[in-house]
Amino acid sequence: MSRTFLGMPPFPEAAAVSTQNAQLRANLTHATHTIRDKRARAVTELDDWAQLRQAGQEIKDHTLRHLDHYLLQAEKAVTAAGGTVHWAADAAEANRIVADLVRATGESEVVKVKSMATQEIGLNEALAAEGITAYETDLAELIVQLGDDLPSHILVPAIHRNRSEIRDIFRDAMGRWGRPAPDGLTDSPAELAEAARLHLREKFLRAKVAVSGANFIVAETGTLVVLESEGNGRMCLTLPETLISVVGIEKLVPSWRDLEVFLQLLPRSSTAERMNPYTTLWTGTTAGDGPSNFHLVLLDNGRTDTLADEVGRQALRCIRCSACLNVCPVYERAGGHAYGSPYPGPIGAILTPQLRGLQSEVDASLPYASSLCGACYEVCPVAIDIPEVLVQLRERVADQAPGHRLERAAMKSAGWLLDHPAAYSAALRTASRARGLLPRRLPLPGPAKAWSDSRDLPTLPEHPFRDWWNSRPNGEDGPKHDDGKTGKDSAAR
Amino acid sequence: MTTSRDRVLAKVRAALADVPPGAPDADPPVTRAYRTAHTEATGPALLALLAENLADYRAMVHRTTEDQLPSLLAEILRTHGSRTLAVPTDLPSKWLAAAHEVTRLPDSPTVTADQLNGVDSTLTGCALAIAETGTIVLDAGPAQGRRLLTLVPDHHICVIRADQVVASLPQALPRLDPTRPQTWISGPSATSDIELERVEGVHGPRCLEVVVVSG
Ligand code: SF4
Repeated sequence: MSRTFLGMPPFPEAAAVSTQNAQLRANLTHATHTIRDKRARAVTELDDWAQLRQAGQEIKDHTLRHLDHYLLQAEKAVTAAGGTVHWAADAAEANRIVADLVRATGESEVVKVKSMATQEIGLNEALAAEGITAYETDLAELIVQLGDDLPSHILVPAIHRNRSEIRDIFRDAMGRWGRPAPDGLTDSPAELAEAARLHLREKFLRAKVAVSGANFIVAETGTLVVLESEGNGRMCLTLPETLISVVGIEKLVPSWRDLEVFLQLLPRSSTAERMNPYTTLWTGTTAGDGPSNFHLVLLDNGRTDTLADEVGRQALRCIRCSACLNVCPVYERAGGHAYGSPYPGPIGAILTPQLRGLQSEVDASLPYASSLCGACYEVCPVAIDIPEVLVQLRERVADQAPGHRLERAAMKSAGWLLDHPAAYSAALRTASRARGLLPRRLPLPGPAKAWSDSRDLPTLPEHPFRDWWNSRPNGEDGPKHDDGKTGKDSAAR
Repeated sequence: MTTSRDRVLAKVRAALADVPPGAPDADPPVTRAYRTAHTEATGPALLALLAENLADYRAMVHRTTEDQLPSLLAEILRTHGSRTLAVPTDLPSKWLAAAHEVTRLPDSPTVTADQLNGVDSTLTGCALAIAETGTIVLDAGPAQGRRLLTLVPDHHICVIRADQVVASLPQALPRLDPTRPQTWISGPSATSDIELERVEGVHGPRCLEVVVVSG
């Protein structure tokens, strides 16, 4: 059965392993750079991007400020439309609810739409323990599941795998889960996608129960919204008799009209498309069309603790577009697995320790898994100030365990970053490019605020010192980048 | 007994101790300074923009008139080699007046996904289309049938009337009924999960043909 993120080593140890993997790094560098360039073009196409971003930020903040009101409104609307609403305080409770609902149908199999919330709660493993098999149907999630692997990116969870690895996984594992891969399967993406189509279609056609998450819930109407590309989402959301959606309580938006903001922000930030190929919207049940039983499980699992932090609560605005991962020099070097949770990259570094608390070494190390270069804030479509939250979380780590195990784990992360000059200098370079967009004041929380409020940040130089040093006419003789082996990466940047 | 519902709501309220009490509408309204559309095109220019954006997503786009529609549809089905066609029960009968060779499977609650899996093509209308994004919206309304009709067969032909085309998302939403199940389609099914190389058609229809009817 699938592995879990539980028991992962803290960030610096996990990153130390993943940075040794040249294949992984090459795959990641190629992928993140491709997506980020495409995204920049898709965003430039809209001259009102800044205004959309502001509206997105304000709508989410407003919703969070009145979350109790909108939760009750959504519950009422979903119930009135024929759905059943369940509340889950934590992962164990959510898993229990889903397992009981599946068991009540008499089925022992479910098909699944890719969902961060169900990864967060370890639903597949919990269902397996109850004798229920959950089939992932998103192509990337299928690759991860068949490979007994873990996802490493929010949008493209199998980004760390290349085509020949995927071919091998399909050849070796498909037969154990259902229809085997066709004989003579090559590693052409089209053939691999076709193999997935055949493998999964038999599952779609016999599935009686599906499990999904949702990108948005409209409180006013009780409408759930799922964005996707492949059509596996439509299959799961339409064909089965019973649909169970596990959704974090932060996914609410107040009104139908608000979708005009988020359906513009999300596809462009995420896949760099004007619009993703498929979006499914449903409100309760519709007689004769789609599932006849609909269950919504509203999930807390640490979200209310996050909400209680006035600085950290902005992480709940996240619409999981993954844009911050693709610009992050630390993510690019360390890979998604190093973050020890389904939420990798900059958003993972602030969301995971807030959802799970800072008690473990993994979680205490995460706020240090960043160079604070600010590129994540710049691309975030809902303007989450990730560096601000990181700084505040670092303060909390230091406060709770001065000189202790946790602080040492955290400092190892910072040390890791300083030991990896390519990641660090890339961070600085990104910062130089973005220097016109950085805030002039350092957003420090707590007692440091009074200090930072009265001081402007120095303007970032156009070129990081290291670049300038290496590019001097006699730079050849100067001290070289201490990691000659990564020179190729830097040149490609 | 305290339920999880009570507990979660109590935690939400406790977490928001810094928010002054008051109804949500006491908050200042959201700043909606963004555009209601990114194009000023209307009429034929708007249809051209829709066609361009649909084609950009590798949907096949045809333009025709009301009179020519039946022969064009027959032609599309012939070119695609379709022998069987799933149709909503309320599809305008005129649309298929020239398609003599295809066997029709009318939608009904008893038509199963398995049956549709064996059908060559499906033909529907739509609720509206959004020019700026190249999006077709289906809402199970007139000439659309149930959602699975446009999902299981590999070839979807969708007819859009000129008066169903709007410029943008902000113009589309007020015309849609949230209580209806909706499917928004922008080009055929696609994945980029393998080395980010785009492959058309994983699970939904691999081929989307759109017919824009004006005049
Ligand atoms: S934090 Fe912002 S950029 Fe990162 S995934 Fe969330 S919404 Fe996207």
